[in-house]
Amino acid sequence: MSSPTKPKGLFGRLFGAKDKPAAPEAETHAVDAAAEPAEAAPSGEAIASGEALAETGPAPLEPAQAVDADAPARAAAAGTDSAEQPAPEPKKGWFQRLKDGLSKTSSKLSSGITGLFTKRKLDGATLDDLEDLLIEADLGVETATRITGAISKGRYEKGISADEVRAILASEVKRVLEPVAHPLVVDASRKPHVILVVGVNGSGKTTTIGKMAAKFASEGHKVMLAAGDTFRAAAIDQLKVWGERTGAPVIARAVGSDASGLAFDALRAATEAGTDVLLLDTAGRLQNKQALMEELEKVVRVLKKIDPSAPHSVLLVLDATTGQNAMSQVEVFARMAGVTGLVMTKLDGTARGGILVAISAKHKLPVHAIGVGEGIDDLQPFDAGEFAKAIAAG
Amino acid sequence: MFQSLSDRLSGVLDKLTRRGALSEADVGEAMREVRRALLEADVALDVVKEFVEAVKAKAVGQEVVKSVTPGQMVVKIVNDELVRMLGSDAEPVDLHASPPVAILMAGLQGSGKTTTTAKIGYRLKNRDRKKVLMASLDTRRPAAQEQLRVLGEQTQVDTLPIVAGQGPVQIAKRALDAARLGGYDVVLLDTAGRTSIDEELMQEVADIKAATNPHEILLVVDSLTGQDAVNTAKAFDARLAITGTVLTRADGDGRGGAALSMRAVTGKPIKLIGVGEKWDALEDFDPKRIAGRILGMGDIVGLVEKAAQNLDIEKAAKIAEKMKKGVFDLEDLAEQLAQMEKIGGAGGLMSMLPGVGKLKSQINEAGINKDVKRQRAIISSMTPKERRNPKVLDGKRKRRIAAGSGTTPADVNKLLKMHMAMADMMKSMGKKGGLMSRMMGMGGGGPSEAELAKMQQELAALDPKALEQLPADLKDALSGARGGSGLSKGLPGLGGGALPKGLPGLGGGPLLPGLGGPKFPGLPGKKK
Ligand SMILES: Nc1nc2c(ncn2[C@@H]2O[C@H](COP(=O)(O)OP(=O)(O)OP(=O)(O)O)[C@@H](O)[C@H]2O)c(=O)[nH]1
Ligand SMILES: Nc1nc2c(ncn2[C@@H]2O[C@H](COP(=O)(O)OP(=O)(O)OP(=O)(O)O)[C@@H](O)[C@H]2O)c(=O)[nH]1
Ligand SMILES: [Mg+2]
Ligand SMILES: [Mg+2]
Repeated sequence: MSSPTKPKGLFGRLFGAKDKPAAPEAETHAVDAAAEPAEAAPSGEAIASGEALAETGPAPLEPAQAVDADAPARAAAAGTDSAEQPAPEPKKGWFQRLKDGLSKTSSKLSSGITGLFTKRKLDGATLDDLEDLLIEADLGVETATRITGAISKGRYEKGISADEVRAILASEVKRVLEPVAHPLVVDASRKPHVILVVGVNGSGKTTTIGKMAAKFASEGHKVMLAAGDTFRAAAIDQLKVWGERTGAPVIARAVGSDASGLAFDALRAATEAGTDVLLLDTAGRLQNKQALMEELEKVVRVLKKIDPSAPHSVLLVLDATTGQNAMSQVEVFARMAGVTGLVMTKLDGTARGGILVAISAKHKLPVHAIGVGEGIDDLQPFDAGEFAKAIAAG
Repeated sequence: MFQSLSDRLSGVLDKLTRRGALSEADVGEAMREVRRALLEADVALDVVKEFVEAVKAKAVGQEVVKSVTPGQMVVKIVNDELVRMLGSDAEPVDLHASPPVAILMAGLQGSGKTTTTAKIGYRLKNRDRKKVLMASLDTRRPAAQEQLRVLGEQTQVDTLPIVAGQGPVQIAKRALDAARLGGYDVVLLDTAGRTSIDEELMQEVADIKAATNPHEILLVVDSLTGQDAVNTAKAFDARLAITGTVLTRADGDGRGGAALSMRAVTGKPIKLIGVGEKWDALEDFDPKRIAGRILGMGDIVGLVEKAAQNLDIEKAAKIAEKMKKGVFDLEDLAEQLAQMEKIGGAGGLMSMLPGVGKLKSQINEAGINKDVKRQRAIISSMTPKERRNPKVLDGKRKRRIAAGSGTTPADVNKLLKMHMAMADMMKSMGKKGGLMSRMMGMGGGGPSEAELAKMQQELAALDPKALEQLPADLKDALSGARGGSGLSKGLPGLGGGALPKGLPGLGGGPLLPGLGGPKFPGLPGKKK
């Protein structure tokens, strides 16, 4: 354990090191390495062949209807996936559920703080223990050190109450998060506003797209989905179910086809249909896989061929259970795919998602929303104050 | 996985190894940095604390080995603690149950359950020639059942037909029925993802377990998981009594802290690791190899092991020399007993040797350890003169020794008889050939089973590589005693050669096979 008088150099040395650039990897999602579609195939070929149109889901419903509570019923009526609908649960307000989710994640932390500060004065060992608690919340060593530093300033060797510590902790966390809390606003001047959704495997991309589709539709936007994960088994079917749930048409190609080709088709189809928002799903990929990251670069490149300003948003979906690796996810996806904002999922579990504090401190990328469940309305705007309070106060 | 943790740890420890002497403060400083490196790698805080304490404790009481710097010694200790933390021996998925053997997969959302199910199915079918049925009990996530069906098609492993409207428990029962009827060896049950605090879903998976009585319950965990790994592992284990874990996405560049924590918090082995999205990207988890990879200091670990070997060479030579001369007094016996106690007991240098852990538990099982303590006490109650020349021991002296050692004169007699038998044996071994030939011609008057067992242990505890380097005649003298299964066969008390078989590289086979010699299992190769 380090004492507060210890030079910060130790942490700098240990944790300031940059992640190494990913080694080239042969791994690829594509069945065969297709050339860029605009060069290989006449634009919109898939549509002309009728394939993409055939895959297109039911016509969008009236926006106001699209995300109302009977969405599951509608999907059931569609007859495809009734067994897969989560059982309807008693609805709680979004805020309440956020708090529930977050308080679960922070109760241990805050009881730890109470234990610490009702007993002891603020000495080196106590600060070390506080630092440990923050580390246990996945804030990362650097951030934990900075926050304990702020808490010790002017208070060293003085008595401090648990409430005071909580208040300082909350304000420190909020200070970092407040500037990055921005909801994702659809740019009405774009038709469509292209949102590319990226992230590592299983982080919650497809589910988040489903939730966002519902949200945008409820705001009156005309939404289209693109099944850009042409690799994973049944990824297309999964997105199609979300299309049914939200009434958004789904553009898809055959399994194994080139993802950038699909992106090209989808943007063209969305433009022609006068769509407001195009949500483009992608296959999960680990950021250290060079070939897969290049695939993503190519998707971006191909979209720009139709609309040089696209994609207008690139959302990185982060799993709250992820530890320090999330930092490197942000770095690499930002570099390779031009990430413009973050969504953090799975905050309804025991994970605290504290890494978001470290990420925000370093990258200052907007955090648009958080996922607090698997259901259609389990997406909430990211509120820095609530997040911070919940971490600090439990 | 592990690469950047490895970089950091070796960075910290490198500094240590270059020092000639180490103060406690030096070790303390290094351990602080090790602690930080582990935390940054997402190792659970409690586990980190325990790890650092264990290393410190071992480093302080460390026997000094010649030609190795204290820092190198610390590296070795860190390595051994890593191995211990990861669970020393690889434990594969177990299928020893009456078919159809059910394997239940559980875990958080998106951890990789469905993919891993298909990977295991593919492996069992193709590598182990099992008839495998896979069933998805995930009625929640969109297209989850379809996902497994497609994976079954791709891997050519059978999947249970999807019946709309059935609940997870119903499907599970149907899967087992189908497996019984279809003569399947294994039925893999993939479940929906769930958070550990979702009571309803945790109850559901408990119900599935109750309905299917799975032989393996595998918790699938993302190796990129942070501190939450312990919450999840504890909660699932508490609810399901998992039999092991699978770590997915080990092909990522995560620092693998979850891997280091899982075993420590659940006590359950990591059985498999997922190293890619494709269905053949599954590997067995070998703790020793992984520890080597994490530390990335195989050269130093090897160096220390070598030094320990050299120490053993000296000891082996001394014993063999005495055997040759037929001189084997009670001092020597005491020394041997001390060595044995070290193996069976607290550890120290010996316990660092690969394979000794196993030997230790075998010694404990055989209950030999208790005797050793008593016997050593008896010898230490003797005067030096008595030890060198046991013949002077009369009834009076024996009573004195018994009183001094808290034993009975009968115990003293037993020890003396054992010593005599051993001394005789040594003498004859020194004269005629190896122990084996002596054994064959030995009548009822030879050493008892237990005595032989002890000798075996003493010799077996020594490094086989060390023994290779002995002069040929000494080797001869020793080889009989290490003859492996042949010797033990006649000794029912030993459980059919259990001891020699447990030794690294010996495997009950012929001793000292050629010049190459047996390779240590898990001895990491050169640093990349
Ligand atoms: N509890 C909880 N589960 C979530 C949340 N978001 C997504 N999930 C679940 O996480 C799992 C993975 O979600 P997906 O949307 O399929 O993730 P993905 O990133 O598209 O996965 P790949 O395409 O395979 O890389 C599913 O079981 C989702 O239901 C959330 O906020 N909370
Ligand atoms: N790189 C890599 N990806 C993996 C590995 N194992 C699984 N995945 C990917 O992780 C994502 C989620 O895997 P699934 O098998 O669907 O996970 P799950 O636990 O069944 O998810 P839910 O059923 O939604 O809870 C998919 O994109 C998989 O391809 C692995 O070892 N390495
Ligand atoms: Mg997906
Ligand atoms: Mg699954």
